[in-house]
Amino acid sequence: MLGKIWAVFQKDLLIELRTKDSLNAMLFFGIVVLVVFNFALESTRDTIRQAVPGVLWVAFVFSGTLGLNRMFASEKENSCLQGLLMVPMDRGIIYLGKTLAAAVFMLIAEGVIFVFSLVFFNLTVWAEIPYLILVFFIGTLGFTAVGTLLSAIAVNTRMREVLLPLILFPVVLPILVNAVEATGIILNTADYRALKLPLTIMTTFTIVFATLAYLLFDFVLED
Amino acid sequence: MIEVRGLAKYFGRFSALRDLHISVPQGQFIALFGRNGAGKTTFLRILAGLSRPSAGAVLVHSAKPGSQGAREVIGYLSHNTALYLDLTALENLRFYARLLDLPALGADLEDRIARVGLAGRAREPVRNYSRGMQQRLAIARAFLHDPGVLLLDEPFTGLDREGTEFLQNYLSESRARNKTCLMAIHDAPLGYALSDRLVVIERGVVALDLPRQSVTLDEFQGRYRALTEER
Repeated sequence: MLGKIWAVFQKDLLIELRTKDSLNAMLFFGIVVLVVFNFALESTRDTIRQAVPGVLWVAFVFSGTLGLNRMFASEKENSCLQGLLMVPMDRGIIYLGKTLAAAVFMLIAEGVIFVFSLVFFNLTVWAEIPYLILVFFIGTLGFTAVGTLLSAIAVNTRMREVLLPLILFPVVLPILVNAVEATGIILNTADYRALKLPLTIMTTFTIVFATLAYLLFDFVLED
Repeated sequence: MIEVRGLAKYFGRFSALRDLHISVPQGQFIALFGRNGAGKTTFLRILAGLSRPSAGAVLVHSAKPGSQGAREVIGYLSHNTALYLDLTALENLRFYARLLDLPALGADLEDRIARVGLAGRAREPVRNYSRGMQQRLAIARAFLHDPGVLLLDEPFTGLDREGTEFLQNYLSESRARNKTCLMAIHDAPLGYALSDRLVVIERGVVALDLPRQSVTLDEFQGRYRALTEER
């Protein structure tokens, strides 16, 4: 099973490396969001560190949504999804491989967006980086675990680009609220014991939703 | 063995199939004829498990369409090639071979690509292929796991003379190996030549079902024409 998940992931990675369809759009959009906030928060330079967690996650989520929109749109071209569905294997494998690919693309975009945010907002965060990586990692897994399932649902509709954010954002709200809170704790208080609650909520949500999505995936793909 | 009883499929208020019955014994080759929109593709998609029936019972080798058991024996080829255009032919087949638990050895896959007439083009992105070349590769992809039931929806679309010959030979070989085949086709002489049984679907039901030996091609074409014209 792991080999098949890896095969789906590798295929998406290979296509992305050749076309750069998703990553370019995700990076561009994320950086534009930072630029806009950089100007909008110009007058609050002294307290900008308090705004950064929210700004970062807005950029992550907007750019991540672009990537998720592409995740199944590329499978619709030439009816590739039909070819995948005909393979005699657990269809949840497609979900897991796609979620892995979406998470990796989003983490790459987040890394670049984060570096730009350090420059724009003039932040120094060396000591906090391991904690930030942990929060970004769990938050991204949760976001893509939900997003991959909803992207598979949205791709069969005519208004998929509009529909995905509409159904995705309300569902991932528990992940986003806690990711912003955890990032805020790391950047503003350094009281790492306080991370326990948001990280527990994010992890629980991710596990529950990924399990549900894995089980439901078969049903959302058929006509 | 394929068993279909009272099959219906509705898209909103439109009925693509209504009360369709057919039984296909192991090793039989069926040519499915019918006008555009008659329900051939919907029927094949339901057999392949890509679409859920609205009513009726369907069994493929005693398994429900879409189940892992049914997918193991089915090879489905439609006019959409299900190929990744940004991957090479070899990468496409290697990807499917890995999912199918087949040995994804380069030499073996290159041999399969050569057998469909694409020798020397295995490492080229599929995007550079013509429609006919893509269809040849789609044949190699769809039959990679040597399925016992072939569901073919206009499989000759885009194929040149050589490609058509290759597919005809493949189907003859499959017939000799007792495989079952349902093929939607518009070319009456070709469908007649390749099948044991001629079935016409019209407005979602089986309107004509004849053993090939019982009619000549001319008789069949006459009855098919009369049937489609009278409705």
